[in-house]
Amino acid sequence: MQFGGAALNMLSRTADNLYWLARYVERAEYLARILEATQRLTALPLAYVGESNEWESAVATAGCAGAFYAVFSEANEENVTDFLAFSSDNPSSIRSCFEAARTNARAVRTALTMEMWDAINGTWLELRRYGNGPTSREELSRFLRWVQESSLRFDGCAYRTMLRNDAYWFTRLGVYLERADNTARILDVKYHMLLPAQEHVGGPLDYFQWAAILRSVSALTSYHWVYRESLRPWHVADLLILKEEMPRSLASCYENIVTNLDRIATAYGRQGPAQRLARGIRTRLQNSRMDDIFQRGLHEFIQSFIADNNRIGATITQQYLT
Amino acid sequence: MRILIAHDTIYRYANPPASVVQVLRLTPRNHDGQYVGAWRIEISADCRLDAHEDSFGNLTHAFSVDGPVEELTIHVEGDVDTEDTHGVIRGTIERFPPALFLRETALTVPGPDIADFAAALKGDGSTLDLLHNLLTRLYGEMTFDADPTHAATTAAEAFAIRRGVCQDFAHIFIAAARSLGIPARYVSGYFFRSDGVNDQNAGHAWVEAHVPDLGWVAFDPANGISATPAHLRVAVGLDYLGAAPIRGTRYGGGAESLCVRVRLQQAQQQIQN
Amino acid sequence: MAVAFDEMKGEDGSVRPAYRELSAWLGEIRPDVLDYRRREAELLFRRIGITFAVYGEADSQERLIPFDVIPRILSAAEWALLSRGLEQRVKAINAYIRDIYGKRESLRAGIVPEDLVYQNPVFRPEMNGQKVPHDIYVAIAGIDIVRVDDQTFYVLEDNARTPSGVSYMLENREIMLRLFPELFSRHRIAPVDNYPDELLATLQSIAPNSAAVEPSVVLLTPGVYNSAYYEHSFLADKLGIELVEGRDLFIKGEEVFMRTTQGPKRVDVIYRRLDDDFLDPLAFRPDSALGVPGLMSAYQAGNVTLANAVGTGVADDKAVYSYMPEIVKFFLGEEPILKNVPTWRCREEQHLAYVLDNIEKLVVKEVHGSGGYGMLIGPAADKAAIAVFKAKLKSAPANFIAQPTLALSTCPTCVDSGIAPRHVDLRPFVLTGRDRVRIVPGGLTRVAMKAGSLVVNSSQGGGTKDTWVLDG
Repeated sequence: MQFGGAALNMLSRTADNLYWLARYVERAEYLARILEATQRLTALPLAYVGESNEWESAVATAGCAGAFYAVFSEANEENVTDFLAFSSDNPSSIRSCFEAARTNARAVRTALTMEMWDAINGTWLELRRYGNGPTSREELSRFLRWVQESSLRFDGCAYRTMLRNDAYWFTRLGVYLERADNTARILDVKYHMLLPAQEHVGGPLDYFQWAAILRSVSALTSYHWVYRESLRPWHVADLLILKEEMPRSLASCYENIVTNLDRIATAYGRQGPAQRLARGIRTRLQNSRMDDIFQRGLHEFIQSFIADNNRIGATITQQYLT
Repeated sequence: MRILIAHDTIYRYANPPASVVQVLRLTPRNHDGQYVGAWRIEISADCRLDAHEDSFGNLTHAFSVDGPVEELTIHVEGDVDTEDTHGVIRGTIERFPPALFLRETALTVPGPDIADFAAALKGDGSTLDLLHNLLTRLYGEMTFDADPTHAATTAAEAFAIRRGVCQDFAHIFIAAARSLGIPARYVSGYFFRSDGVNDQNAGHAWVEAHVPDLGWVAFDPANGISATPAHLRVAVGLDYLGAAPIRGTRYGGGAESLCVRVRLQQAQQQIQN
Repeated sequence: MAVAFDEMKGEDGSVRPAYRELSAWLGEIRPDVLDYRRREAELLFRRIGITFAVYGEADSQERLIPFDVIPRILSAAEWALLSRGLEQRVKAINAYIRDIYGKRESLRAGIVPEDLVYQNPVFRPEMNGQKVPHDIYVAIAGIDIVRVDDQTFYVLEDNARTPSGVSYMLENREIMLRLFPELFSRHRIAPVDNYPDELLATLQSIAPNSAAVEPSVVLLTPGVYNSAYYEHSFLADKLGIELVEGRDLFIKGEEVFMRTTQGPKRVDVIYRRLDDDFLDPLAFRPDSALGVPGLMSAYQAGNVTLANAVGTGVADDKAVYSYMPEIVKFFLGEEPILKNVPTWRCREEQHLAYVLDNIEKLVVKEVHGSGGYGMLIGPAADKAAIAVFKAKLKSAPANFIAQPTLALSTCPTCVDSGIAPRHVDLRPFVLTGRDRVRIVPGGLTRVAMKAGSLVVNSSQGGGTKDTWVLDG
């Protein structure tokens, strides 16, 4: 194509950096939410949450159990918080995520707007002030809020200042792929809480678990707006999996992934395996009903979704980013 | 003497790389003591071989193969007629004055050890005597041993342990000669052994040094002899890197394993002329 | 050492014409206002993100180069002389490099000793007999100029490899325009902001003949950890070209391609800010992960232009420097317009003897050193340091040259104690295209921020100034 030359040619590495920049920022925010929700859950009297080790499941939900147990034998508040938030040894800690995000940003500075660079660079500078981590719970809470606000600020800058071209679409792909992965992982760890059978057990025990799940994807308020009744596990699952109006649901993520991949395909005048795969996954989500999912097995459904999501990540990488 | 050569270099990859790029210096040229009959290079994958001449006058072939590549074989085959010139190499392509070959390279920095070793050899004799002296002393000093050194071993490192392969012997000889003010260069090629061990797992390497009034003279320090008609000269350079038969890289993929098979045969009949 | 020539006050203490307005303005402006603007300038630099890594310092990865808000001013006549001299010098450099890798007439004529070329690590045998597109080896040169009196400019050093600093020239001007509009309204100053356009035009003009009508140009950087990375990304942005790393490029069929989101795209011109050694692991250092395997094959096939060419170090080496006046005469048949600093070549016996006898008065430089490392400033050195250097000189004289300690000119500079004279040099950038030579009026003025210091290198704490060339 001969219009404008440079404008339509983006280095694969640039796209890769933008994509990972967005993924890392999204992941940092998600980790902060998990820690916050876990902190809240474990602060409740035992009678309300049962004997399960919530710190253990926080590690599992963060998807870094392997790395964690290579260093620690047991999961408790202190070591999980340190590992997920501040550890430099954990490549997926909040600190590592922000550092990786900033490294990616620095490599593509000219593809970012000034505002985005300011946001991510400012976050990185601020992060250094936290040193080895907060010393009190109160300080930790403030830190976790700050992480979420930093992510919101960065995302807002991208939304408000970036040109709507392939650079923007690749950052969006990063956000939604990461988000889908995160929501799916919570569901994967907590699926047994959402099975209809649990209803009989019921009681306050599960109520707070459900609330914690919703909180970790910032959907507690939305739940009430959508369903207008008290927490029911199948509604929680429905909200997180199938409701397109819920921004962190799998369905919503895939609506966005498909849209952004389509924009790229239109701009480049060519579509490939990533577009086909994404549409397939979206169609499956659109055609599913919660009843069927429960019938065929919630766990199996989530597992196969996670595999699909990884596959599309690899396909995008192969098609555009290398 | 007519020598038939078959040389295979086989790369096997644990995880197939996305692509492989290589530059070959595997084609000999004619000079007064050497006439190349037939010669060809075959690559086991589909690719274009781009032929060039490098700045030293060596023939090079560059290629890139798109993967995934599981195995790659570079097959070289040909026959060459050689004559005894008593080690004196004439009629070669020379792109530089001999003075260039006084240049130090990373692999041939003499270091104090080699410089001292070389300086102690100086006597009243001619440059040629001095070089023969260096050849004999170096051959006596060093032990041939393929284990401790590798392609990136420097002259000084190999000399410190007094062990190495033909490449190391050549680098030490070059470093010593240059430290004495004698231009010297690295030669890669093939050596037809009189002891009949002619299924080999590597090519050979030796050196040429420049002697006033005589020109370039070839020495084989690993065998402690001057070059003979059994030495088939393929490429020259300042050091191994400049004359390396194959330099390559790959994108992606896991570990590679390398297997080299060289088979040399003496032809029954000489070419009639 | 003579008293330094001050570019504002001149030899007799009266303000020189080019500085008249500035001097008056400095008299008017309140110190607190000046100080405020100075801090504002620093804030702006930090925000833009101009940083520079200094080797050998812990935690130094991103540091700011001090910026001095008082401009350095050259008159139109001074600039006319300089630019003629620069053009001449760079023409000679290009002719010389072409000769060294080609016919070697200058060696046969004895203009430059053979061993200085063949034994020189920056000489590239690989370039021998290699044709480069349009015979332009040095498309971008940075020539370091110092001034010692009203009449005399010397070339201190030629930079013919990957000269840096031009981003500071551009950013300094931008910041001055923002902070001191009133000062600009009192002068007519030649603009520099067309430099990126001139650079792009230069690079496009030297594309290989096989290139597309609109050649594709990229800037090759070693990556974010390089000390000049900011400049690389800045220039790529201003030129509107891709900033690539070695891994973004690959070779196929002796052509260079970059990996884009839409598949491979051919590259015609590489403005490379990566040293020769690292360009191609198949031709140079085999352990380089920063380069492009096979790049030299494409280069030799004539399918890509490298700017600057490989092996241009043979012209800017300190040992070759002292032969530049002869090189200019030999290739152009002209007298050099810009003089060299008188230089003793320690490789020559008589020169060495002189240097050893007079070392306290001289600056001794390592031939292959750069950035102000590996040098001895005689008058400032103690006995021990001198003894060490004398021993080095005796053991490897060919590695050194010596020059008189020059009284570099000074310019008024904002320092903690107020406004005081500080030593400066100047690096103008000379662009050589197929069509013509382009020099943007001005350059980068570097200033030694410490009183009395002659070392202006940013790696050793030097700062920068905006450089003004008065228009008429």
